[in-house]
Amino acid sequence: MSQRPLSPHLGVYKFAYTMSLSILHRITGCAAAIGFLGLVWWLMALASGPQAYAGAMACLSSPLAKLLLAGFTFSFVYHFCNGIRHLVWDTGRGLERRQARASGVLVIVAALALTAMAVYFGSAALAVPAAGVTP
Amino acid sequence: MSLRSPLGRVRGLGAAGEGVGHWWMQRVTAVALLPLTAWFAISLLTHSLQSYDAMRGWLGQPWVAVLTLLLVLTLAWHSKLGVQVVIEDYVHSKGTKTAMLLLSTFVHVLAAAAGAFAVLRMALA
Repeated sequence: MSQRPLSPHLGVYKFAYTMSLSILHRITGCAAAIGFLGLVWWLMALASGPQAYAGAMACLSSPLAKLLLAGFTFSFVYHFCNGIRHLVWDTGRGLERRQARASGVLVIVAALALTAMAVYFGSAALAVPAAGVTP
Repeated sequence: MSLRSPLGRVRGLGAAGEGVGHWWMQRVTAVALLPLTAWFAISLLTHSLQSYDAMRGWLGQPWVAVLTLLLVLTLAWHSKLGVQVVIEDYVHSKGTKTAMLLLSTFVHVLAAAAGAFAVLRMALA
């Protein structure tokens, strides 16, 4: 059993940041799976009535929840952008080392920019309307 | 000499019996989710999320309900396939692995059913 040849362990490779991007796709995918459960919870609260929805939105509007939402937004947007990168790879394009490294940088920049935009618009969408004002 | 039958070779389903089905459905759902999630995220960001009436009014529209229903079902499918690969890759004990795969399947089916029910209830109210 111990004599069986094994494929080389990850540790033998010289580190490249594309490795971090690769494992980050899985980590953000797992986070997105939890986010999916959150989406269902939110939809169920909305379908249950005004009180349940107010409770859910109070939960989502705390400072800690907003911080988590911002983190989740980056996680999701990264998975979205890097997913496009994977779909392009599936067509056989962009697999050269130089191209894969460049597209990795592009994904990170795009994810950060989209996260900043989502946080900007999201804070307005989450804002509590002033009392007495009916939107 | 190959021990595989001609029929098995033609079907190309391999040892696990599903061929490239898992890989392909992960891609099909990924492509579908690009427009669905982008549309849903932009819609949420441009609404007053604190207003129950505004959100119910939005989700009560026929096309919004249909697309949100598709979003929930496609997300559940894509998520189920992805979590399955992660469990298969990192959990090596057979019993734990089978238990976690079962649990993941049940949670995803439960979430898909709950999400679909919620959307239909709001759309048909």
